[in-house]
Amino acid sequence: METLYAITVGTLTACSVFLILRGRSFPIVIGLTMLSYAVNLFLFSTGRLIVNELPIVGASDNTTDPLPQALVLTAIVIGFAMTAYSIILAVRVRGEIGSDEVNDYNYAEQDGQR
Amino acid sequence: MLTKHLITLPIVIPMLAALLQLLPWGERAQYYRRIIGIVASSLTLIVAIMLVITVHTEIVVYALGSWQAPFGIVLVADKLSALMVLLTAVLALPVLIYACHGEDNLGSHFQALFQFQVLGIMGAFLTGDLFNLFVFFEILLISSYALLMHGGGKAKLRATLHYVVLNLTGSALFLISLGVLYGITGTLNMADMAGKVALLQGDDAAIARAGGMILFIVFALKSALLPLYFWLPQAYANTTGTVAALFAIMTKVGIYAIVRVFTLIFGADAGEVAFLGYGWLWWLGLLTILIGALGVLGSRDIRQVVAYLVLVSVGTMLTTLSLGHNDAISALLFYLVHSTLVTGALFLLVDMIAEQRGKTASRIVKGRKMAQHQLLGGLFFLAAITVIGIPPLSGFISKLFILEAARTGAQVAWLWPLILGATFLMMIALSRAGSRMFWHTLEGKPNDVSHPYWQHMAVVLLLLGAVALTVFAQAFSGFTSAIAEQLANPQGYISQVLDGGQHE
Repeated sequence: METLYAITVGTLTACSVFLILRGRSFPIVIGLTMLSYAVNLFLFSTGRLIVNELPIVGASDNTTDPLPQALVLTAIVIGFAMTAYSIILAVRVRGEIGSDEVNDYNYAEQDGQR
Repeated sequence: MLTKHLITLPIVIPMLAALLQLLPWGERAQYYRRIIGIVASSLTLIVAIMLVITVHTEIVVYALGSWQAPFGIVLVADKLSALMVLLTAVLALPVLIYACHGEDNLGSHFQALFQFQVLGIMGAFLTGDLFNLFVFFEILLISSYALLMHGGGKAKLRATLHYVVLNLTGSALFLISLGVLYGITGTLNMADMAGKVALLQGDDAAIARAGGMILFIVFALKSALLPLYFWLPQAYANTTGTVAALFAIMTKVGIYAIVRVFTLIFGADAGEVAFLGYGWLWWLGLLTILIGALGVLGSRDIRQVVAYLVLVSVGTMLTTLSLGHNDAISALLFYLVHSTLVTGALFLLVDMIAEQRGKTASRIVKGRKMAQHQLLGGLFFLAAITVIGIPPLSGFISKLFILEAARTGAQVAWLWPLILGATFLMMIALSRAGSRMFWHTLEGKPNDVSHPYWQHMAVVLLLLGAVALTVFAQAFSGFTSAIAEQLANPQGYISQVLDGGQHE
């Protein structure tokens, strides 16, 4: 299970890094979303992967750690808000500048006449 | 009761103020919001002063919800936190006074966002828990995303997009490093982690090193260390003056986090992971000074000049930190306070200059005379000599402390030429900018845009801070050495957090 889990997190991270390095805002937002999934999964695994156990000390021999679950919950909430914000921002940039290029070279030339 | 809960007030007051400001206030909404904002910022300043007085004798630990330390989240105020809280409050009040004269009308909810930003910064300084630090970082980042766009415009939008994407990636890295450190030590409390990390050996220590270095990258991104600084000049130069002035403290949040984590958790007592990252800090810091100075020299826009000045100060501070001994940390803190106040003042000043010049705005070219030419020129001169480090004001003293802190031959050989060279380049750039904008003006009558004296007052207040630093340099450097002393001996902090928090 650990191997499968690690491969999943690794693949997600690799894909997200690839997408974030694109030059357009839409792939970047998708990449950021995937990165936050990967991070959430990774955080979840820091309490060690234990199946079918309660997060209560003394309830069984092998309890699972409740703290990473709480951390993931917080991270999901924050990540969700951030994703929403970055989507709105990307849409506004597309609307106002007329291009979703993150570094618009035509724009850079007009920089002096701002 | 007040003294017991004093430490929560710098967080609670801005939060309540922001929530109040979000209420619909009827027709004169902005008027009431301004009053709430000014009152809240003044209260925060008073609380911050009280906090500094309190921590003079003890480290204040506050267990939130009365959950004791390694399990619950604690707020901790030692001398360093208290100083940073005070600095934030001292910066925030004049900046808010400045903003209340029109700039807060450029976009909606400026006042509330300002308070939320202060809330995040204060929280980051006061928390004793790494995950909580992440949460406060996010609070200050969310408000900074919105503030950066304040006023709108294409240039701001693009700068904000870069800033947001970079910081979202930074947040993801922050979480990864927290996961690594939690997985290996089983705790997120900084004091507890410091004890646990010291016991690690072999492979576990290697993983902890990896986690620590990722954390270092995150903080380096926030503080704009060399390879991660590209967002800063663009973001600071394009946003409005007030926001940029408030952001003068933002890079310092990153530096505070580096100082805190890398003296407490990865400090001298950390066993196999001791002094993690210090070698990197030295070289990257030196290169940051160099790049910053070249940027100052190469900028054609006065806002950009100030933004690169921030970069030089970041480089100077982190290089000084990597020297490691007490005098260096003391010098670093002295310089930190000086540079925050002066850069804040410069950003506000440059904003006024740009508005009064009209069409030529902040570009360093020949332009029309300004309405308040003499006054702005005088203030610019004062701020410029302070930030460059020409005697007599605080820039000179703080640089002197830093130069003194270099001990070995190699340190002197690298640090002195770079800092003095950067000072020289800054002097050239600022005198060129000043003479172009204030002396080489076009003939004819001056522009008629002028600013109310309250706005000049805000700049003067910040510069008075620099004057006060000069006059009370002896007393203040005594305080910063006490901070350095406390940072060098983290046992007091650790035992106070782990044992002292129980009584709440």
